[in-house]
Amino acid sequence: MPDPKDPDLKDTPLLSVENLQVHFRTPDGVNRAVDGVSFAIRAGETLAIVGESGCGKSVTSMSILRLLPEPPARLAGAIRFEGQDLLGLSEREMRRIRGNAISVIFQEPMTSLNPVLTVGRQIGETLRLHQGLSRKEAEARAVEMLTLVGIPEPKRRVREYPHQLSGGMRQRVMIAIALACSPKLLIADEPTTALDVTIQAQILDLMRDLKSRVGAAIMLITHDLGVVAEVADRVVVMYAGRKVEEATVRDLFRSPRHPYTRGLMGAVPRLGAAELPGAPQRLAEIPGMVPSLKTRIDGCVFAGRCPSVTDLCRSHAPALEPKAPGHLAACHYAPKDALAA
Amino acid sequence: MTTPLLAVNDLRKHFRLGGGLMGRGTRSLKAVDGVSFTLEKGETLSLVGESGCGKSTVARSLMRLFPPTSGQVVLGDTRIDDLSAGALRPLRRRIQMVFQDPFSSLNPRMRVRDILAEPIRNFGLAKNRADLESRLAALMERVGLPREALSRFPHEFSGGQRQRIGIARALAAEPDLIICDEAVSALDVSVKAQIVNLLQDLQKELDLALLFISHDLAIVEHMTHRVAVMYLGKIVEIGPRRQIFLAPRHPYTQALLSAVPVPEPGAGRTRIVLRGDVPSPINPPSGCRFHTRCPHAFDRCRIEEPLLDPVGGGHFAACHLDGAALPAQAA
Repeated sequence: MPDPKDPDLKDTPLLSVENLQVHFRTPDGVNRAVDGVSFAIRAGETLAIVGESGCGKSVTSMSILRLLPEPPARLAGAIRFEGQDLLGLSEREMRRIRGNAISVIFQEPMTSLNPVLTVGRQIGETLRLHQGLSRKEAEARAVEMLTLVGIPEPKRRVREYPHQLSGGMRQRVMIAIALACSPKLLIADEPTTALDVTIQAQILDLMRDLKSRVGAAIMLITHDLGVVAEVADRVVVMYAGRKVEEATVRDLFRSPRHPYTRGLMGAVPRLGAAELPGAPQRLAEIPGMVPSLKTRIDGCVFAGRCPSVTDLCRSHAPALEPKAPGHLAACHYAPKDALAA
Repeated sequence: MTTPLLAVNDLRKHFRLGGGLMGRGTRSLKAVDGVSFTLEKGETLSLVGESGCGKSTVARSLMRLFPPTSGQVVLGDTRIDDLSAGALRPLRRRIQMVFQDPFSSLNPRMRVRDILAEPIRNFGLAKNRADLESRLAALMERVGLPREALSRFPHEFSGGQRQRIGIARALAAEPDLIICDEAVSALDVSVKAQIVNLLQDLQKELDLALLFISHDLAIVEHMTHRVAVMYLGKIVEIGPRRQIFLAPRHPYTQALLSAVPVPEPGAGRTRIVLRGDVPSPINPPSGCRFHTRCPHAFDRCRIEEPLLDPVGGGHFAACHLDGAALPAQAA
């Protein structure tokens, strides 16, 4: 454990993922699901990881929790949580971290809750396991947790089963389970994708509110740029297993540097924009498809779909470099500010 | 006024629930409870609302995937809701559907050629073999797929490509109306844009009417002409796009629009967060069905059901509040 009194550690990130590679061996070749991704999350920060299906965002989060079966997965690089490399831990040691210091909320609240156990029992499970509470204490704490996530009549609900709850309530229960042990890092993998917009609004408000009260760092995985704009501090954009851009949420939306990020933003209509003068009649398309991850890509991963591709892009992979203070992009032609480090 | 392509009058679909003595349950789930709208040739009408509001049940009733409980569906000048299966068959050609999940809506054991040829053969559209071939080739070109793909199976395609096949299958019958039930919801952002553009191009080229069912309000605003907002089996507001999005009258529409996250950090909008969940359609609330969650509800809302009243310019809303008294919701 690092010494918290050490002044240098104030700037040490809570979690740092360094050159993470996750390869899956499949019958028809190696699938490079994540290929050299690095990022860091500071305490109390919300980092969003954005990308489309197959970009490796969920695999990255599963790797942090070491939930991928190895083999077929092969992990390389380092995942340092409070200075400790999670990739070097045994399953037993990992179990002490999961649900305790790092917890997770999945997309499907129905399939991630156990249908034959009461909600209270499921919230209490982590507390009894990690904090050694008695059954009684755990139930009392479960009621507190349900109150915290805004479920009415918590004393009654704590004895109910998941099927008795609506989708939004189930997701609140998932959040209660995740926060029960006051984690330092909460991984939320598409937490609102399966919910209706009015319920999504409730859950996003809840997450924001809880973050300021509990102080956990959040790693939010999503494909919804609207959700990113509302809750994230910093954003990592992933494409085909690599990080192509990283910036603060303001910089990213104000001046996206990577053509893929720009493409994504053009492809999403903005509510209210259709009535503005000069509103585009057509959405911007990103032509083509994500390349197969089973073949080695030598050049830029986005070369096959990029509107301003050149020969250089096809032969040489661009380095991820600062284009403005705190703004990284992997593109040979991304505009670069004079002040960039 | 000319007859609309499709007119739906007071459509109801109640699902009888099991239980009760002798299996004669008296309870029913009122999935669609009195819905009326019209659709013109070449027009897009979007049905929006949250899960369980009955938008998919409307679509399925129009397709006669099950018979409606009551109400009328008039296609052109023919009433189709009470036609026998045989009499309906030739008319089915005119309404086609594109489904949400491109992975489960295509038969995995059929080649693309057979998937597309089936409606052409069923409705006897091709004069001969050569005509069939040229129709297949034209369909593939229309949806932007290579002609060689005809001999492949659905699993060989990506999600976006499969949705193109689904659209080609709908087009094969030369319909007047295509019902898109969450047809772009399962697709990735960049692919979604491709399919939305394709649907808009096809509508212009073929003068198609689209009934676009979606919960994605930004996409709806981008591509629709008119919008109908549904809540618990009823239309609470219907009108031209501009009026629904810029000056929504119903508090539910206002809340729905304000809940959509906008891709603009620090946009600083005031969001109307609705309390609680949608009530059960088995026992819908009395009076206005939205009163349990409405921030403006007063006594009358609990007792008397508001009617869909005109508020000007083809815009209707079912709310007891005087429209002008509502705080205008800036988009």
